[in-house]
Amino acid sequence: MIYREAGQFKTSYASDQAIFPIPQDRVFVGVVCVAAVLVPLFANEYWLQAILIPFLIYSLAALGLNLLTGYAGQLSLGTGGFMAVGAYSAFKLTSAFPGLDIVVVFLIAGLITAGVGVVFGLPSLRIKGFYLAVATLAAQFFLIWLFNRVAWFVNYAPSGTITAPPRTVLGVMVTGPQATAGARYLTALALVAVFALLAKNLVRGRVGRAWMAIRDRDIAAEIIGIRPLRTKLLAFAVSSFYCGVAGAEFVFLYLGSAETLAFDIALSFLVLFMVIIGGLGSILGSFLGAGFILLVPVFLTNAPRAVGIDLPVALAKQLEVMVFGALIIFFLIAEPSGLARLWQIAKEKLRLWPFPH
Amino acid sequence: MDVLHGLVAPLSDIAASPLFFVEVLVGGIAAGLLYSLVALGFVLIFKASGVFNFAQGVMVLFAALTLVGLMDRGVPAPLALLLSIAVMIALAFAIERVVLRPLVNQEAIILFMATIGLNFFLEGFGEMLWGANVKRLDVGIPDTSFRMAGILVNRLEMAAALTAAVLVTILAVFFQKTRIGRALRAVADDHEAALSVGIPLKTIWVVVWSVAGLVALAAGVMWGAKSGVQFSLSLIALKALPVLILGGLTSVPGAIVGGIIIGVGEKIAEVYWGPLVGGAIENWFAYVMALGFLLIRPQGLFGEKIIERV
Repeated sequence: MIYREAGQFKTSYASDQAIFPIPQDRVFVGVVCVAAVLVPLFANEYWLQAILIPFLIYSLAALGLNLLTGYAGQLSLGTGGFMAVGAYSAFKLTSAFPGLDIVVVFLIAGLITAGVGVVFGLPSLRIKGFYLAVATLAAQFFLIWLFNRVAWFVNYAPSGTITAPPRTVLGVMVTGPQATAGARYLTALALVAVFALLAKNLVRGRVGRAWMAIRDRDIAAEIIGIRPLRTKLLAFAVSSFYCGVAGAEFVFLYLGSAETLAFDIALSFLVLFMVIIGGLGSILGSFLGAGFILLVPVFLTNAPRAVGIDLPVALAKQLEVMVFGALIIFFLIAEPSGLARLWQIAKEKLRLWPFPH
Repeated sequence: MDVLHGLVAPLSDIAASPLFFVEVLVGGIAAGLLYSLVALGFVLIFKASGVFNFAQGVMVLFAALTLVGLMDRGVPAPLALLLSIAVMIALAFAIERVVLRPLVNQEAIILFMATIGLNFFLEGFGEMLWGANVKRLDVGIPDTSFRMAGILVNRLEMAAALTAAVLVTILAVFFQKTRIGRALRAVADDHEAALSVGIPLKTIWVVVWSVAGLVALAAGVMWGAKSGVQFSLSLIALKALPVLILGGLTSVPGAIVGGIIIGVGEKIAEVYWGPLVGGAIENWFAYVMALGFLLIRPQGLFGEKIIERV
């Protein structure tokens, strides 16, 4: 880094175990946090609505999947379905109890999703690897079918869509058509910040270590006294909780209204991409991956126009898909451990710069 | 009580008209074999390289698009078929060189993700080359039904079933009797041991991806003739996945038997019990069925027994 950590000695266990042990890192994180809060003052509506809000929500979903796949080693393709559970239960809750604070609604929706996640996580005790991945697709298809089929979930709306009703937090409108992008952004930001901190602490504690032991070698983990049943189901529960909250936010803070199509299998893959490109088993990676996967299409759409090439719409769309696929392969070849690993390498290099030897 | 009645009533329906039940059964077997054709491609690649090739569905689409695209441009059918085969083999070479070789020794999930990347790429590439609109593929077999021993049978589905049978026979002979087939089985057993006795891994991969490409072409022709060559063809990969895990990821006969079980189960459930839950259950029923089987045999019906060591 530009700074040196030489001469900084840890004098207590507390300081040694801090999340950010180096003061400069703490300053950096603090600056990022303050900047993130101040963003609505500068960013325009397009940036907030089209990039920053989805970025925060996808980050939360990626975080959830990363806990399950990256830390506990259970490959899941049902993320879209779990996000749908969050969204639909939040919708049902807030229309049944309009007085309930929307943040509380999000949390309860998350808890409901956690319950559903546990149910669909049960097979993981017996089925492993790709067999499990395909089995989680059962959750994806079944849940989406259920929400499509049972009109009760959409309050018998003939259009089959759920719409975010206007709700306030501390007197500020945060959902519904009247809510400003800034207010929705700040809500999403606050939730993501809290949950990222929680996840960070979760994975370095007892729970996270148990997850990683299960991931690395489940039989060995069992032998040293980790209970696979509890550990795996907890991973499914926590991961689904995150995905559920993200799903609720997806409709309430980002889309405004949605039908089941928004939660189809493509969403599952998108979130999985974010986790893999960002880095399996990394909290930071979930954010980097979400940013990358979100920005690449925006970049690819705008790049040809920026350099003065005007492509036909269909061709541009096909090229975009192609380049996106090629980029993913390229990134996997260049750095299979993801963007988080790149960041780590960069940090290590900069630490010794300019005298690497 | 109503629900109970709904659950039981179809059973008496079956007893009342056994001929119709057999028709449903035959339809299910035929549909299942079509799934098998796609699942077969997955199994071949997984067996030989341990790669869970998500792009198999798009390979089916791509192969069919190439064939139809060539035929639309006035290339006679046999030549177009040969050219499509050549294209699929070229594709196998390219994939081995560009995707697989740099990713040797990576974790399975990374390779899986790479094939999803490939999936996107081929999707865009195929559409760019041949256009996105629905194309008709005429293989000279009408999509009509005839009566055989009193049972309504679809000609096209019969042809597909025959194709699947022939393909599996050829593949079985290829695997068991030829030199390359033996090498493939050796690689499937143990990469490193195969390498150490002098089997060229790279060649084997090209061969196996080529064969998967050819299987994709066959599946593409059959599916294309049935429902037209269009983008949604790539989604049949999702229908093949439950077949795959039901039969076992590493078993060729498993793909066939799994396909039949899924096809028949799906048809029967849809026809007899579908109305009870409001229909359109074909999207998830296969998965739930496969899940049920997996709970009893976690490695699929014919998959290799998973031996876990610490």
